Amino acid sequence: MSEAANNQKNEVIDLAHVEKGSSLWSDSWRRLSKNHLAVGGGFLLLAIAIVCVLGIWIGQSHEEQNLSLGPTAPSSDHWLGTDMLGRDMLARILFGGRISLLVGLVATFVSLVIGVIYGTVSGYIGGKVDSVMMRIVDILYTIPFIIFVILLMVFFGRNLVLIFVAIGAVEWLTMARIVRGQVLSIKNEEFIEAAQALGLSRMRIIFRHIIPNVIGPVIVYATLTVPSVMLLEAVLSFLGLGVQAPATSWGALIKEGADAMEEYPWMLLFPGGALAITLFCLNFLGDGLRDALDVRRSKD
Amino acid sequence: MIRFILIRLLQAIPVLLIISVVTFAMVRTAPGGPFDQEVKMQDEVKAAIEAHYGLDKSAIEQYFVWLGNALQGDLGPSFKYPNRSVHELIGDAFPVSLELGIWAMLVALTLGVGAGLIASTRPNTSRDYLPMSIAMFGICIPRFVMGPLLILVFSIYLQWYNSSGWFFASDRVLPALTMGIYYAAYVARLTRGGMLEVLGQDYIRTARAKGADEKRIIFKHAFKGGMRPVVSFFGPAMANLLAGSFIVESIFQIPGLGRYFIMAAFNRDYFLIQGTVMTYAVLIIVLNLLADILLVWLSPRLRFD
Repeated sequence: MSEAANNQKNEVIDLAHVEKGSSLWSDSWRRLSKNHLAVGGGFLLLAIAIVCVLGIWIGQSHEEQNLSLGPTAPSSDHWLGTDMLGRDMLARILFGGRISLLVGLVATFVSLVIGVIYGTVSGYIGGKVDSVMMRIVDILYTIPFIIFVILLMVFFGRNLVLIFVAIGAVEWLTMARIVRGQVLSIKNEEFIEAAQALGLSRMRIIFRHIIPNVIGPVIVYATLTVPSVMLLEAVLSFLGLGVQAPATSWGALIKEGADAMEEYPWMLLFPGGALAITLFCLNFLGDGLRDALDVRRSKD
Repeated sequence: MIRFILIRLLQAIPVLLIISVVTFAMVRTAPGGPFDQEVKMQDEVKAAIEAHYGLDKSAIEQYFVWLGNALQGDLGPSFKYPNRSVHELIGDAFPVSLELGIWAMLVALTLGVGAGLIASTRPNTSRDYLPMSIAMFGICIPRFVMGPLLILVFSIYLQWYNSSGWFFASDRVLPALTMGIYYAAYVARLTRGGMLEVLGQDYIRTARAKGADEKRIIFKHAFKGGMRPVVSFFGPAMANLLAGSFIVESIFQIPGLGRYFIMAAFNRDYFLIQGTVMTYAVLIIVLNLLADILLVWLSPRLRFD
């Protein structure tokens, strides 16, 4: 049978299923756990994060220089070799990983907060407010933000907070649209009407009843935002606009590696590999979550 | 259709104004000026130079002078390259970036659509999994890793191509691949998805029932509809293309718009920054519009809205 017809059939079955209500999350969880790529990606990601965090307490310092040693290939002393200043690459990759993951999570969180609040308010209030608010989003969409982020970084220093704010401010637009769409689809449901009838304030309805019910697609999109944020940070670092020495990130390490790759290719390959594997995991996990939380998908 | 285009063009005007104001404000509030060099200039000399470029006027006045000139096609002088106008510099750099973009798009479309078509005709077989797994790698390896890797393999180990520059036809290969492979991966996924959806439609079944051969079904009946996701991807992809052009031009030292923009930002080359930003903005708006027009043409149902 063709896929579309298949989908259509399952749509009917699933809608009936959703009306039972409570089983949506457990259903999604079951579907996710069957997606081996997504689960594997999730575990690997967790492992990478744990190793990066534990890296604070184990092994060498990411700053400790050993100029007489210089760049060396991977060995039993330095598993991933050393860089131009004799610094241990493993320690530097772990440190850079902490920064990259931190930027990914914090900037995603910033975009999440702005996007969810904006989208919910716009969708719930509706009418003129909604059309004005969405028109603003449409206009902002056409603005090439990457240009402003770069200008911001060049002009006003390169500190971590600015990176969080700048990237978070770029990424919230899509989130706002997704959330608004969700809110529009549930705001006429009976439980919202009940809340209104009970005389709850608008704020309380938004935060207690609407946001918890639109959280599914938000989680999916957030998972897919993390890799794009990490990429953006890496792009900035690669252009020399991201985190500054002595701190480092995967993007900055890749830049150093690209400059030295002719003689010392491991300086490029290891940080590049670390970033690629992490993005790989995040994308698989995001895709898996999207499939699992999409109620219209097939049941298996 | 003409009305739709006109409305979109009218809507672009406030967007361009906003972009120009924000850029202008950011540039002028940035710490450091274009004439703050290591060797300190005498105050009178600096004042004289600034007066020459009209930088002694109030910011608002400066903006309107710039806007008035820009509307007449004069984007102002460059501080870093005193003999050349911003107009000339962009005239040199833009075709380079455009050529790079076109090559990258060709790579993306040939590889991406090809792989997507192969995968969609035999879904869930090895002919589907293999190209799609490669595509996933293409998406996850960032361009600034892919670029150096290609240089490492093809110019350092194999010595087939130069590692940087933009002089010979062969210099186009590595930058176009670096930029194109990333898009090819997305295009492959979108093509597969779009084609699978269309191939499940009733009219395809009808065509099959009437005995049309598979090639004809795919290219004559399904292809146009199946390409819709790819086309709608291209509008938003343009913004991404910018980030790509900054990166790729900096890796391969290509004298394109992206490199001029970054250098101008570091040099506080006010008019050059403003000029490159406006060029990008116009470019994005035009390309988005083109993508939308193409989309309407591909899906007749949208035609009358």
